[in-house]
Amino acid sequence: MQATPDQCAIRVSDLVVGFGKRVVIDHLSLDVRRGEILGLVGASGGGKSVLMRTIIGLIPRQGGEIEVMGAAIGSTDERRTQTAATRWGVLFQQGALFSSLTVRQNVQFPLRENLALSDTLMDEIATAKLEMVGLAPEDGDKFPSELSGGMTKRVALARALALDPAIVFLDEPTSGLDPIAAGDFDTLIKTLQKTLGLTVFMVTHDLASLNTVCDRVAALADGKIVAIGPMRELLQSEHPWVRAYFHGKRSLMLQPKAS
Amino acid sequence: MAVAALLEARSTGDALALSPSGSWTAANATAMEELFDAVAPRLQRATVLQVDMSGVRELDTLGAWMLEKIARRAKLAGRTDIVGVADHYAGLIEEVRQVNRHNPKQPPARNPVAAKLDDLGRYAVGTTEDVSIFLQMLGSLCAALLRVLRRPRSLRLTSLTYQFYRVGWQAIPIVVLITFLIGAIIAQQGIFHFRKFGADSYVVDMVGILVLRELGVLIVAIMVAGRSGSAYTAELGSMKMREEIDALSTMGLDPVDVLILPRIVALILALPILTFIGSMAALYGGGLVAWFYGGMGPAIFVARLHEAVSITSFEVGMIKAPFMALVIGIVACSEGLRVKGSAESLGKQTTTSVVKSIFLVIVLDGLFAVFFASVGM
Repeated sequence: MQATPDQCAIRVSDLVVGFGKRVVIDHLSLDVRRGEILGLVGASGGGKSVLMRTIIGLIPRQGGEIEVMGAAIGSTDERRTQTAATRWGVLFQQGALFSSLTVRQNVQFPLRENLALSDTLMDEIATAKLEMVGLAPEDGDKFPSELSGGMTKRVALARALALDPAIVFLDEPTSGLDPIAAGDFDTLIKTLQKTLGLTVFMVTHDLASLNTVCDRVAALADGKIVAIGPMRELLQSEHPWVRAYFHGKRSLMLQPKAS
Repeated sequence: MAVAALLEARSTGDALALSPSGSWTAANATAMEELFDAVAPRLQRATVLQVDMSGVRELDTLGAWMLEKIARRAKLAGRTDIVGVADHYAGLIEEVRQVNRHNPKQPPARNPVAAKLDDLGRYAVGTTEDVSIFLQMLGSLCAALLRVLRRPRSLRLTSLTYQFYRVGWQAIPIVVLITFLIGAIIAQQGIFHFRKFGADSYVVDMVGILVLRELGVLIVAIMVAGRSGSAYTAELGSMKMREEIDALSTMGLDPVDVLILPRIVALILALPILTFIGSMAALYGGGLVAWFYGGMGPAIFVARLHEAVSITSFEVGMIKAPFMALVIGIVACSEGLRVKGSAESLGKQTTTSVVKSIFLVIVLDGLFAVFFASVGM
């Protein structure tokens, strides 16, 4: 089950994160393999977002090691965190688009800051990214406040993918979307993951996306990963919280139909 | 790891063979653009293009798009073959082939004269809109006030007290400081210049009348517009952005009753008090300067002040204060409600609110001057 180091996109070992006396992440270890879609589930307020934000260096940790694509994150050497930042894209839950920039400018922002490109090429790339996430070139001139929830998520994904990062972090990508839009978004993530060879780290509560797009699912409870593996393995897990999560009333659709 | 991006081009007659190699990734973006520009003229001439991708070690969307751009440029002239594509890049190349197929039409450039006229017209319409928004806010405020008068218990006393504490009590130190300094400066300048023709005792008249009639209320109103008016706009604006105001409406509450009335009433109550405190501080500052700089003892200053200013001067200043508060409050609240979704619009409306309320306060002061002159006050 253990992956060798060079197959790992993200390695988290013995991580401890807490606020004051409250320990949220308690000696957690987790490996994310290259090119997989890993879904992270956990109770609301149970530290899923904290784990994600710690990996991308937004929250300081109290102990443990984090490696992203072989580079240590958030250690004393701050500049290495910076170089790693071009290796990942983050889709925040509310999109976090810059409200004073148009959609196209939002997508161009990471390009403009990191590369020296001509304006024409930058426009072409931005339009290409928008089309890859399923938006029309005309949407590029809109402002974030004019977008629907699903479009906001798509633009945020386009921005996260602007620099072709190896890893994307998605924080509840399908929350607030209707089932059709959520399904489309799942398909989109799967397609992009295949074409761009992405590693996807996805925090989600959406049982349907866990079931359809995730290669592996990790369950976070009591500050630790209590179960990890493909969906069918998790369904057989004996851990009480995992059982409650996947065998509750809302999870009946995941159970194989009794024939 | 990333190596340089290379593009080798061989022409045989009308055919052009390109063999890109190395890392065609964002890290080499500048180099790729140069390579493209270098090969572009030869693409125009070629009728058959062959791209051999077998040398490409790394490819991302940017690199794939550059190669697709080359292929498209050549397609205008003739045939394109792409060979040697690694399996794991086939999907990406196929994906990029679909994008940028149709460009949205750019709106035609406008005639500059027509554009200027258009802007002017929109500006004029915008100004009348401003006036109507001001009047609407005044009207709904009056309606809310009448509702409160009919049922005094519906007044939100907690909110009113809190707002009064914020815009009144907490503003006292800065108002006292600024008006004290203004009073002192006027007195100093007056003494300095009046002394030349031996009229330095008249500085008391000048400080007294100027402060009580005009400057006290004007300085305080401008400070309140900058301090509290901007806060009102920013608060209401961010509540508007986060749909809190819509939430209030759906609960059957009128945002004017809940949010705006307590704020504006608090301002109307606070500004006369601040004006009074400010005027006293200015007179005090003037008195101190007259004493230490002009050599006029406090007893003489007070006696002269008693002769120089009448209760009318004081009344003129105080009457103006609540009206200025009303204008500041209405402008601040209505600008707050005009905030749209973006952070930029919040900043813009806050600026507009402060600029507009200071302008209106000064205009109002001028109108009052005309009014008081005609009624002989």
